[in-house]
Amino acid sequence: MRKPRLLPYLLVAPTLVFVVVFTLLPLGEALVGSLFKQRLNIPKFQDPVFYGLGNFADLFGDGDFLQVLANTGVYVLVLVPLSLLAALVLAFLVEDKLKGLGVFRLALFHPTVLPMVSAATVWMFFFTPDYGLWNQGLHLFGYAGPQNWAGNPGLALGALVVVAFWKNVGFFMLFFLAGLQGLDRSVVEAARLDGANGLRMTWSIVLPLIRRQTVFVTSIAFIGAFQTVDHVFVLTQGGPSGLSSLLLYHLWQVRFERLNVGQGDAVTVLLVAVLLAFTVTNFLWGESREK
Amino acid sequence: MKNKLGALRFMVLAGLGAAMALPLVWAFCAALRPPDEPFALGNVFFGSHLSLDNYTKALSLAPFVQYYVNTAWQVGAILAVQGVSASLAAFAFARYRFPGDRVLFTVILLQMMIPSAALLVPNFSTIRFLGLYDTILGIALPFFGSAFGTFLLRQSFLSLPRDLVDAAAIDGCRWDQELRLVFLPNAGSSLAAFALSSLSWHWNDFLWPLVVTQSDAVRPLTAGLVRFTQMGEIGAQWGLLSAATMIVTLPLFAAFLIFQKQFVRGYLSSGLK
Repeated sequence: MRKPRLLPYLLVAPTLVFVVVFTLLPLGEALVGSLFKQRLNIPKFQDPVFYGLGNFADLFGDGDFLQVLANTGVYVLVLVPLSLLAALVLAFLVEDKLKGLGVFRLALFHPTVLPMVSAATVWMFFFTPDYGLWNQGLHLFGYAGPQNWAGNPGLALGALVVVAFWKNVGFFMLFFLAGLQGLDRSVVEAARLDGANGLRMTWSIVLPLIRRQTVFVTSIAFIGAFQTVDHVFVLTQGGPSGLSSLLLYHLWQVRFERLNVGQGDAVTVLLVAVLLAFTVTNFLWGESREK
Repeated sequence: MKNKLGALRFMVLAGLGAAMALPLVWAFCAALRPPDEPFALGNVFFGSHLSLDNYTKALSLAPFVQYYVNTAWQVGAILAVQGVSASLAAFAFARYRFPGDRVLFTVILLQMMIPSAALLVPNFSTIRFLGLYDTILGIALPFFGSAFGTFLLRQSFLSLPRDLVDAAAIDGCRWDQELRLVFLPNAGSSLAAFALSSLSWHWNDFLWPLVVTQSDAVRPLTAGLVRFTQMGEIGAQWGLLSAATMIVTLPLFAAFLIFQKQFVRGYLSSGLK
């Protein structure tokens, strides 16, 4: 059979074209655009003017932006470990046979299926002062703090964490569960016979065995935390006074509310750099340990 | 001892499960309360009578049916084009060796490393430049090529028995016959996983459609719901808001309840929601 020379390229072409036009070119575009000053709402700066690293300097000299970075850092570093840990515990809880297990798994997992905007709208209602069940529930545990979480300077970011936790914990549980169910029973049994139990068993036998799932779910948890801000739109709009704004939400504001095109490109560059750092580290980590 | 542990586990799970289910159940009940009845505590679960008034009112205030049609077009177009382009590319990578194949594959995989949400600003410019602002095609276009689909299908194609592929070649199959009659029919579970994760991801997507649309004629459900929550006349009418949320949420949720296993497999294979 004659090897077709051109055919493979033609078959790959459609996918390649879309990847180039909507992933690679935009990267270049943002990099170049970040070096120019362009603000659509100021007549003098309607057209791009070379600005060097000025956009970045402006960003890091801007208290609002530093606040956004701090918010994002706190949000990610609280949300991700908390939901992963809870997901792992839940996976242990729903692993073995038990009456009603299907219903429990469904109850824990169902928020994953909802659009984030629906989840956030439901929670907006759940957070309502006076009769919102969130506060009622906390009262049972002796909570007497502020009622309106989404509108409270100290708690708005916490409200976002709560919603994202609720939405994702079952999703992460799924990956741990898949790992646990793929475990080699004989290894676990052997360890048990050798006297390993409880925490020690979990830490030194089970966790290393589900390392692949753990690495994977950790990376999607981090990336997800950066790329989902739908609940910010519904619950807080970044407020009060910018205390619950996250990086991607800020990017949207800079570009589409303040119409600051150059700075929007600069934030894009920073966001992509952060995300790439996560995915590449994870990729290398996964690869190196595989061998 | 074992039984006691089992009972404890049951109670812990029942408590956690109930807590997790509460928000959605509560909103579901609230939507069915008569609109003029105030929500004092308890009224949500034990109000005077059930009513669909919140639903009819929500439907009259915003064109949710139109949003449904828009969303269906959007996710349908994405899935159809993605499915074809990813099958073709995956077939090429699995079936042929050609100069530059590894480089091209790596370039395509880059798409999986950079979430599209981060590239929203430059992609918005591209869509405007193409004259596709505020069209359903404009929402869908950036997703017509799928690195994830290509990757997943290539894996599945590579796992086909060598003999099967050789037999098809000896029988004189053209490449498109090979793809349609040998490769695709044997990749069913990967195709299903890919399709479900694509559908639910794009059904739920909000920020990108928000940015590239401005009219109700193209706006999807998610963007429509957020607009609805911010309408001045809605205020704190929670029954109404809950009804709108249910209108947006329930159909996909029903599909999930029916196809739970397939959904879970789709999620697991992709790590995408």
